[in-house]
Amino acid sequence: MSTVPAIALRGVVKAYGALRAVDGLDLDVPEGSCVGLLGPNGAGKSTTMKLLTAQAIADAGELRVLGFELPGESKQARAEMGVVPQLDNLDTTLSVRDNLRVFARLYRVPKAERDAAVTRALELATLTDRADARADELSGGMRRRLLIARALVHRPRLVLMDEPTVGLDPQVRQELWALIARLRSEGTSILMSTHYIDEAERLADSVTIMSHGKAVSVGAPGALIAEHAGREVLEVYGPPVRLAEVEAQARTAGHATRRTGTSVAIMKAEHVDGDYGEGHRRAANLEDVFVHLTGEEIA
Amino acid sequence: MSTTAPTKRLRRLEGAAIGGVVFREVVNFGSYWKATTFSSTVEPTIYLLAFGFGFGTLVSEVGGFDYVDFVGTGTVATAVLFSSAFPAMFGTFVKHRFQRTYDAILAAPVDVEELVTAEALWIALRAGVYGCTPMLVAIAFGLDPSVGMLLVPLVGFVTGFGFACFGILVAALVSAIENFNYIVSAVLTPLFLVAGTFFPIDGLPGWAQVLAEFNPLHHCVELVRHCVFGFEPGTDLLRLLALLVFALGLWRLAIIRMQKRLID
Repeated sequence: MSTVPAIALRGVVKAYGALRAVDGLDLDVPEGSCVGLLGPNGAGKSTTMKLLTAQAIADAGELRVLGFELPGESKQARAEMGVVPQLDNLDTTLSVRDNLRVFARLYRVPKAERDAAVTRALELATLTDRADARADELSGGMRRRLLIARALVHRPRLVLMDEPTVGLDPQVRQELWALIARLRSEGTSILMSTHYIDEAERLADSVTIMSHGKAVSVGAPGALIAEHAGREVLEVYGPPVRLAEVEAQARTAGHATRRTGTSVAIMKAEHVDGDYGEGHRRAANLEDVFVHLTGEEIA
Repeated sequence: MSTTAPTKRLRRLEGAAIGGVVFREVVNFGSYWKATTFSSTVEPTIYLLAFGFGFGTLVSEVGGFDYVDFVGTGTVATAVLFSSAFPAMFGTFVKHRFQRTYDAILAAPVDVEELVTAEALWIALRAGVYGCTPMLVAIAFGLDPSVGMLLVPLVGFVTGFGFACFGILVAALVSAIENFNYIVSAVLTPLFLVAGTFFPIDGLPGWAQVLAEFNPLHHCVELVRHCVFGFEPGTDLLRLLALLVFALGLWRLAIIRMQKRLID
């Protein structure tokens, strides 16, 4: 088996007027892995997704998807990948089955295999019972499962998911996670943009954290946590004035901090020995890394 | 670096891509064909009946034709216009901006050129069929059937393709759906009225007659009449050529503008 990476971007730039939405991005998705693309709103995640399907054309940089060079060979690449969009764009007056039939055709599943492909996608998304329901009769979670099934109908080697669980309740998110985990276990390469950090932590083999159009950190979730937040984090609560003092004190002592809204979290607390008064220690998580790296201000 | 990618290069304007987009339209048509068929056929038929019988009592003959026959053949072009330019304008705008359908299609191995071509072909096909309705109604009211009538769907198809591309182009250019009003009032209504549908062009001032020769709908009206009543090979070929130039020109323009609109 060759090792053509599913996605390899080098120095990719995409500007809209004065705004450099993607600004020198390097991004790798090794074959068969699930990569989480994390970043705050406006970090360039959606633009990156559009670049990967050639719905946006990069101003500079190299883009290779499944070994094909974009934008010139993007059609070949698109034939072998599936895209789960952030916004629901199902054909709402069609049945679940017809939505899948249409995309089996658009993705050029050979005629003799189309019915089987639709049946398989229905099973994968556990929508077999609802195959004849109109798309606009489905619940939000079912519609999203159908969107995923639609992206898988042609057995793509790579799946792009743009915020796959945004706006869904916890039970539905868990269902989708199980679906994504299954896909991953079958060896499909996945690039998943999300701003839900727990999602990336659970599902991704590797995470690329984006900020202002660049990758600011890349690694397995555990490794990133160890590197940037350590084993433990000390959270100190208090009124705003007190939080500012704690922050200043920790930084003077050379410790990274982040605000959580109601507290200041001091990273790598296992090395902290100063007196910060009341506080509690907890395990470091990917959110600590994310906020630490992408800044505290909301763009 | 080795590659497992298939070596088959995908070309432009592939049948599989165009067929896929048309298939999507055909499947969707199952859920809205009644409304579309109603508006595309009933409206021109009402024009035919209102003008044919309203004016028909004042003018019994125009240019040597029975007035009902004159209008019955003329409103074929009206039906073609209504079933091509309007669905193309609204359909394209809605599918692009509201339903985001084109985002999904372009994520598949379909290029903008194929998308526009497929959408226009499908609309043109419908226009070719719907265009025959007024003629069939006129037959019911006494228009004599002729062999040339078999070519009417083809004339409707070519005209419909041009106006479908026109509609797609307009949808790509406007920033809001309300702006369609400008196009309907300033472009489509004059084209529709000065096409020789309800009254002959040769009664108009000279400058208007010259302008009418730039109206594709006028060529459509004349070709349909000649299909029904007898060809004038020389001018008919020129008119067909004019329609083809119109259709091909707008096809390329629609692709260029949609490319700009859909690909950042």
